[in-house]
Amino acid sequence: MIPDDRPRTDPPDQVPQAESLLYELIAYLRENRTELREEWVERITQAQLLRVMTPEEIFSEVTAVYDNYVAALETGSVETLQAYARDLSERIIPRGVETHEVLGIVLLLRDVLARALFVKYQDDADLLSRILDAYEPAANRIAVTVGVSFVEERERVIREQEEAIRELSTPVLQVRDRLLILPIIGVLDSPRARQLTEQLLGAIQSNRAKVVVIDITGVATIDLTVANHLVQTVEASRLMGASAIITGLSSNIAQTLVDLGVDLSMMKTVGDLQGGLEEAERLIGYKPIAKGNKTDAAAN
Amino acid sequence: MLVAILKQGDYLIASIQFDLTDAQVLALRDDLSDRIGRSRARGLIIDVAQLDVIDSFVARSLGSIAITARLRGAETVIVGIEPDVAIAMVQFDLDLEPLRTALDLDEALSLLDRLTDRDGEDGG
Repeated sequence: MIPDDRPRTDPPDQVPQAESLLYELIAYLRENRTELREEWVERITQAQLLRVMTPEEIFSEVTAVYDNYVAALETGSVETLQAYARDLSERIIPRGVETHEVLGIVLLLRDVLARALFVKYQDDADLLSRILDAYEPAANRIAVTVGVSFVEERERVIREQEEAIRELSTPVLQVRDRLLILPIIGVLDSPRARQLTEQLLGAIQSNRAKVVVIDITGVATIDLTVANHLVQTVEASRLMGASAIITGLSSNIAQTLVDLGVDLSMMKTVGDLQGGLEEAERLIGYKPIAKGNKTDAAAN
Repeated sequence: MLVAILKQGDYLIASIQFDLTDAQVLALRDDLSDRIGRSRARGLIIDVAQLDVIDSFVARSLGSIAITARLRGAETVIVGIEPDVAIAMVQFDLDLEPLRTALDLDEALSLLDRLTDRDGEDGG
């Protein structure tokens, strides 16, 4: 594995030599494990990385990373390191460790080890150069692996959260006979808008709804596609025989809709959910009556 | 006559049971217009629940049936558009402005009662 990654300029006959150099290097790293590890921790502390972790935690993680690092150099296989990096990411992402910190510590380790090599081979520039030839590609590959593992783990978390939001996202609730509300919270994107339309129309049919109140108080922003989708939802509800009332348009969204030039003539909007429900009750023919007011109750 | 037209009080009810060809749609339009005149109907209900798709031609024809019927003195209500059909119709960007719709026959009847009984109680 390693020879594949070595600089292209090396003639083939030097391959075994480079490999033996790498073994020598690894033996050296094993021997000086304690000092190099301490040096690394010191550099991490100096650079103020991983500040959310206690020194003991940093030390134990550092030990594990160091050993994995050396093992990866030796075998040329980054799989174990990759698995460890993923596992580590899983543990540290929730604590707020940033990408730059993870990359920072791996690069620091690379620097610490390179510096140690400089010190050891400073008398023999030629040997040093060959040692570095063997070391650098492997070290860079390890840095890339750890960085990528971290980012992948992060993306996986984001995807999971998106999924969770999507699942919780669109309850259609019946508040009165023939009156549904659809509170929308969070980011409204095209797939979600489509799903929402389908759920709403299905609910209109099964609940024989006459009025639906779509409350978008919890939606922060909206784009042209989604706005048009909303208009289509309202229109489709009308075709099903239900009127839709949109409530809770923030001034921000209202402004966006106007700027985008969305045709809102078909939309019935009311400022807040309360107003929307009152309007809906009026459309259906309910009349809220204060308790004790008998004359009005008789009229209904 | 492919589509049965039933009379219920002052209203006519046409239930379309299968997808119609363009010619059949036009025939239905003439038929309905004729029946409205003869039976002096004040309302027309067209049930499209069995249709799998309502294309632009059918939608436009339904619109022109509604306008024709109004000229002949009857209000038109379309009932039973399925969710999928509704989504497709709005995505085709059809002009559905003249169509008045209701969820089912019950709804359509009470909607027509409100539309045609202007002197009675205000139905909202």
